[in-house]
Parts: sequence; C-alpha cells; structure tokens
Amino acid sequence: MKPERDPETGWMTTGHEWNGITELNTPVPKPVWFFLIVTALFALGYWLLMPAFPLGSTFTKGLLGADDRAAVTAAVKEATAERAGWTGEVMAKSYAEVERDPRLMAAVRETGRTLFGDNCSVCHGREAKGGRGFPNLTGSSFLWGNSPEAIAETIQVGINSANPKSRVSQMPAFGRDHVLERPDIENVVAYVMSLSGAKASVGNVEAGKTAFTANCAVCHGPDGKGKTDVGAPNLSDQIWIRGGGEEASIYDFVWGGLQGQMPSWEGRLSPLDLKILTLYVVDLGKQRP
Amino acid sequence: MIEQLTTIERQRALVLLLAVTFGGLFVLIAGKDEVLGIHGALIMLLSIAAIFYVLAGYFAPEPTAPREDSYYDEPAKAGILLAMGWAAFGLFIGDWVAWQLAYPSLNFEAGWTSFGRLRPVHTTSVIFGFGGNALIATSFYVMQRTSRARIPDQLSPLFVVFGYNLFCLLAVTGYMMGITQSKEYAEPEWYADLWLVVVWVTYLIVYLRTLAHRKEPHIYVANWYYLAFVLVVAMLHIVNNLAVPVSFGSAKSYSLFSGVQDAMTQWWYGHNAVAFFLTAGFLGMMYYFLPKRAGRPLFSYRLSIISFWGITFLYMWAGSHHLHYTALPQWVQTLGMTFSVILLVPSWTAAANALLTLNGAWHRVRDDATLRFMMVAAVFYGITTFEGSFLAIRAVNSLSHYTDWTIGHVHAGALGWVAMITFGSIYAAVPWLWKRESMYSPRLVEWHFWLALAGTIIYVLAMWNSGIIQGLMWRTYNAQGTLAYSFIDSLIEMHPYYIARAVGGLLFLIGGLIGCYNVWMTVRIAPPQLVPESAADYPEPTVPGAAAPQAAE
Repeated sequence: MKPERDPETGWMTTGHEWNGITELNTPVPKPVWFFLIVTALFALGYWLLMPAFPLGSTFTKGLLGADDRAAVTAAVKEATAERAGWTGEVMAKSYAEVERDPRLMAAVRETGRTLFGDNCSVCHGREAKGGRGFPNLTGSSFLWGNSPEAIAETIQVGINSANPKSRVSQMPAFGRDHVLERPDIENVVAYVMSLSGAKASVGNVEAGKTAFTANCAVCHGPDGKGKTDVGAPNLSDQIWIRGGGEEASIYDFVWGGLQGQMPSWEGRLSPLDLKILTLYVVDLGKQRP
Repeated sequence: MIEQLTTIERQRALVLLLAVTFGGLFVLIAGKDEVLGIHGALIMLLSIAAIFYVLAGYFAPEPTAPREDSYYDEPAKAGILLAMGWAAFGLFIGDWVAWQLAYPSLNFEAGWTSFGRLRPVHTTSVIFGFGGNALIATSFYVMQRTSRARIPDQLSPLFVVFGYNLFCLLAVTGYMMGITQSKEYAEPEWYADLWLVVVWVTYLIVYLRTLAHRKEPHIYVANWYYLAFVLVVAMLHIVNNLAVPVSFGSAKSYSLFSGVQDAMTQWWYGHNAVAFFLTAGFLGMMYYFLPKRAGRPLFSYRLSIISFWGITFLYMWAGSHHLHYTALPQWVQTLGMTFSVILLVPSWTAAANALLTLNGAWHRVRDDATLRFMMVAAVFYGITTFEGSFLAIRAVNSLSHYTDWTIGHVHAGALGWVAMITFGSIYAAVPWLWKRESMYSPRLVEWHFWLALAGTIIYVLAMWNSGIIQGLMWRTYNAQGTLAYSFIDSLIEMHPYYIARAVGGLLFLIGGLIGCYNVWMTVRIAPPQLVPESAADYPEPTVPGAAAPQAAE
C-alpha cells in the first residue's frame, strides 16, 4: 500500500496498514517538543539544586544544600519554641494553679480535645461518655479518685496493664465461680439497684443486703459507695461502667465479674501531654450535666 | 473448545492437567495442617474437572486441515467472558467495602468479610481478574489481526487464559483465608507467584511466536504496548516477589528485601504495575480498537513513537514518588518526582493522539456509545496522568499523601480510563468475535455508558473533596500551636463523602452488570446468519498463491 492523502486532515498516511488500520504521518506538534524541553529543563534545574543522583556511598547534595532531616528537626524545634510560653507554664504550675487560670485552661481544653480524640476516644468515646465496659469520664465519679494526682497516676500506669506499677483491680465472677447461686445474685442485684433508687423485677432487697455485706462490701464499702484505693465503683449513684444500670446488665456483671484494662501511657505520651490530658479529664469530670 | 485442538494437543492437555493435579495433591499433602491444604484441594478439583472436560471432547473429530484460514479466537472469547465475570464480582466487592467504610458493621463481624481481607479481593479481582483477562483476550485478538497470522498452536493460549485465572482464584480465595504477603497489588503468596511466572512466560512465548511469523512488515503500535506490558510485568512480578517460603507446606514466605529497600522495591513494582499493566496494556487496546471503531487512520505515527518510548523510559524512575517524606533517601524522591513531571508530556501525547484520531468521526462518537466509551477513556487518561504528575510533586504530595485523594486519583484512572477503554473494546470485540451484527442491545450499551460515567464522576468528586479536607484537617494548627483536629474528627467529616463514593460505585456496578447481561445475550442468542468479518479479518494463508482477498489494498 502506498502513502495516500487523508481527505479529512490533509496529511499523508505512512503506507502501513494493519487489519484495516492506517496511520497518518502527521509531524509531532510543536507544543509537544516545547513541553518536553520545558519539563526536562525543570528536572535538570531541580537536580542541580536538590539532592538527586547517587555517587557510590554518597549522593549529589544539590546547590541549595536541602536536607529533609535537618528541615524537619528545625521545624520541630521552632514549633516547640512557639508553644513554649503556655506549655512551660502548664508544666511549671500545679494542677490547681492551672485550673484557676482561664487562659491556660482554654489552651488545655483545645489541645486536650485532640489528644483525647487521638488516644482515649477509641474506648471512652469522643464525648468521653464511655460505653459498655468503658467508664464514662464526664461524671465526677472516677474509679481511682477524683483528684488530678489520682487521674494522672491512672493515665500514667494504666489499669491491669503491662506496666509493673500498674493499678490492679478485679471483680470476681461470683456466679460463674459458684461463690453465689442464682437466687443470691438476684437478691444482690435488687439491693444494688435499690441503692440508686431503682427497683428490680425479682429478688429480695433485704436478703440482698446481707449477701452484699458478706461478699461485696469489702471492695464497694458497706454502703456501696465504692473504694477508690481498689478502683471499686460507687454503686449508689447513677453512673454505670457497664451498661446503663439495667437489671440484666448488673446481673451479668455480678455473674461474670470484670477486669477492665487500660493501657499505660507513660513513655507513649510526653510528660506535657500527660499533664494536659489529666487536666482535660479533670475538667471533663466537672462538666457534670 | 476441545474440538479445536489436534489429537496431540488433546493428549498434551491431559498430561499437563495430570501434572497440575499431582501438583495440587502435593500441595494438599504438604500443607494439610494449614489453609494451604485447601488450595491444594482446590487445584486438584479444578484440574480433575478439566480432565473430564477434555475427555468429553477427546474423540471429537480433529479440526480440518487448513486451520490457518481463520484466526484462533477461542482463548480470546473465553478471556472476555471471564473478564466480565470478574468485573461483576470485583465491582460488587468494591462497592461492598465502600459501604463498609461508611457503615463498618456491614462486615458482619466475620474474618473473611473484614475490610482488610476484602479490599485486596476487590483490587485483585478488578485489576488482575477483569483487567488482566481483558488484556490477555484482546491481545490475542489484536496480535493475530495486526500480524495477519494465526497463533501457532491451540493449547498454549488456552493454558495462558485458564492458568492465569487459576492464579486469580488462588489469590482471591487466599486473601479471604488470611493468606497474603501484605505487598499492595502483590499480595499472593509464593506458590501462586511461581505459578504465575510459568503462565506469564508461556504468554510471552505465545506472543513472540505469533509476532515472529507475522505477514505484515511492520509491527503495529498496539503490539509495542502489549509486548511492553507482557515483558515488564514478568520482570516486575519476579523481582518484587523474590521470597523464601517457611517450608513447602506453608503459605507463608519472607521477602528477600527488608526495610526501606523493601518499600522501594514494592513501589518500583507498584507504580510500574500501574504503568505497564494498567497503562501500557490498555494503551495497546486503545490503539487498536479506537481507530478501528472510528474508521479513521491513527492521527500520528510519530506521536506514538514519542509516547511509547517516553512512557516506557520515564515510568521506570517514577515509583519513588509513592515514598515522599519517608525514610527513603531524599535523592531517590527527587528522581521519582522529576521523572514523573516529564512523564506528563508523553502521557498527554498518547491521549491527544487518540482524541485527534477521532477528528472526522465525532458524529460517530455522538451516536455510538461503544466509541464514546473509548473517547471518554482517553479523556480520563489525560486527566489522570495530569493528576498523577501533579501529585508526584513533593509539596503537593505532602497534602495528598495518605488521604482519599489518592483513592480518587486511582479510581479516576481505574474507572474512567481502564474500565472505560475495556468496556468499549469489549463491546467492539464481542460482535466481531461471535460474528454478530451488533451487540444484543445498543440501548443497554448506552445505559451502561451513562451509568459508568455518572458513577465515575460521583466517585472521583467525592474522593477529591474528602481527600483535600482530610489533608487540610491533618495539618491545621490552632492558636496554641498544637493540632486542631484529632483523626476521628477527620473521619467524621468523611462520612457523607464515603456514602457518596459508595453510591458512585453502585452506579458503576449496575452498569457493569448490565454489560454482563448484554454480552451474555449477544453470545447466547444466535442470529439467523453469522456476519463474516471483513476480508482483512482473515490471516494470510501459509499456502503460497492462495492469498485471501485484502479489502484494504
């Protein structure tokens, strides 16, 4: 087949033909050459200015002397210096002093929210209201005490965590381990519910009180108000760690026990972040609805 | 299918299948204590079923002597049907995981339905199942016609098609059972990888043998691209998957590479998989089906040379742009970025070459949804390659990396370019292959086109938005100099876009299912009279003097 003119474009074909497909011999449009040269020049310039080609054990450093590692180190240093004002104050002052300073607390609330969202919200929820098995942090009823020091300690070492200084807490499985039989447990549930003014469908409150004193009071206290030194919750308020205080969930709890886990955060978060989180959580506890 | 094989080929098929059966038995015994044993059983069952299939057709009469009078299209037909099947499956899984991202409980809390396992099922099904089968099928179709030569034997191309699908099946079922080497787009473990090497080398040999006895003096552009695809994918696959298995009875293996070298090898593979699997192969498809369907000469032979060598040379350097601002030395990042920027020019010349070919045939683009698929594919190819070069710039990448923008970019390419050119080519090739006047329903092709286009646009816009929002939220500082948003804050902002993305994917899936139905009906409903191909659609006979008519000359 000979090259022929394409009537549509006026260009000649190449004279090749495959299965009915022909090709035009259209020259390469000028812009293609232009952009090839421009982009190649850009690359050439970039190679001259920046680290670009390997030379055995080193590489061409580039005229600008750019270095990612140095740039990041400098940026981190600069950012730390920018924050140094308020962060220095937070570190230097006591919890009470920071809490009294509205300017510092504004910074704590803003930064604490992000820290909490990235580290704590997985279990405690974004609103810190907890969930089944995960304590609500917005009521001022912390398992290990409401003081900033107690909260800081919990965040640092965790609960039943791998940290050797971890807080340790376990509620036995009274039903599964045959400490109490089913009717006893129903009585205990009725009593526990009565502490917060609720009424159970089955079980005897008086008998439950006897069983409670014998089995539960050692941790939860004779009046069910809990003991912060063993992390036993107050049962006489409206705050429930597992479930919403329904009869069935309290029954499950007494039957199967509970050994919650919270990781230890020291070593994972800086002392500053730990302090901000502590203050943030203390602040959450005060936002009692 | 078997009646097309000669007796000796039927015997070879049986020997081959017996060998595979024993291979499966070996895997079954060696891996009986692990999930690997299930794969052994699967290989055995499938090859035994294939043995029965061969035996059932074993005594059919041999094909008549001058087989060279026609092209050998059985493998291409099988490949196209398999491609459509994988498309339906892969798009379904993709949309399922898209809904999972919006509503996580849609994983129904089972291991195999969790996002981490289904996501590679989706990517492998659409890239390798759908894309790979379509590439193999169309390459067999195109190389024979543009070489005017029949594939030299009947058995090896069938082995390529079915062997390749066995690989895809092992890959996908493996992920669901937790078998993965955790390399993106290279998840299958060592035994599946080895099998693919055998299949792929056979593919290369089939291709080269056909080209070697071509009757055309020149090799058409489409074949340059197909050949680059076959050759480079072999190289990428072998190097990136170099690994030592724990034992012959274990699916687990350990990569030859570690640390940043592993990351670099993986993304050298990953980006060149985009280049040579998802670009070069499909450019081959485009260079044949688009001018053929438009009935126009290719706009410029010279431009195709610039595109081809530009793409093959430059892509090889670009992989490191996936590792900007990581432990990878900065000089490697520089090279990845600068070559990616230059790469835009040959990419756009390829897209422009396709679109300018349509000059003089735009009325056909308007009337013919099949050609419109190809035209839109070329447009999306241009959009995606521009975006790719843009995202490869380090400063841009610092915003876009790890965000949904990447997902949007990938899908602009995968849905807008790869899937569109494939559907267009399949709609063109199916009537030609099965000798029908046209597709069963041109109206359904039209429906498929608009659903696919709407789905792609919704998907890509949703991901652009969510990606940029994510990137900005992650780098926003408050007045105190600390990060303004937690990760979960950005995730909540994503929710509406995740729903939009899943809706876009659903439209694309529905389009794909319509396509499957249309292809199936075209194949199934035999017309009163088979439409012969044009005279140019017959190979040059090997007997001298008995030349077939050549319409184009």
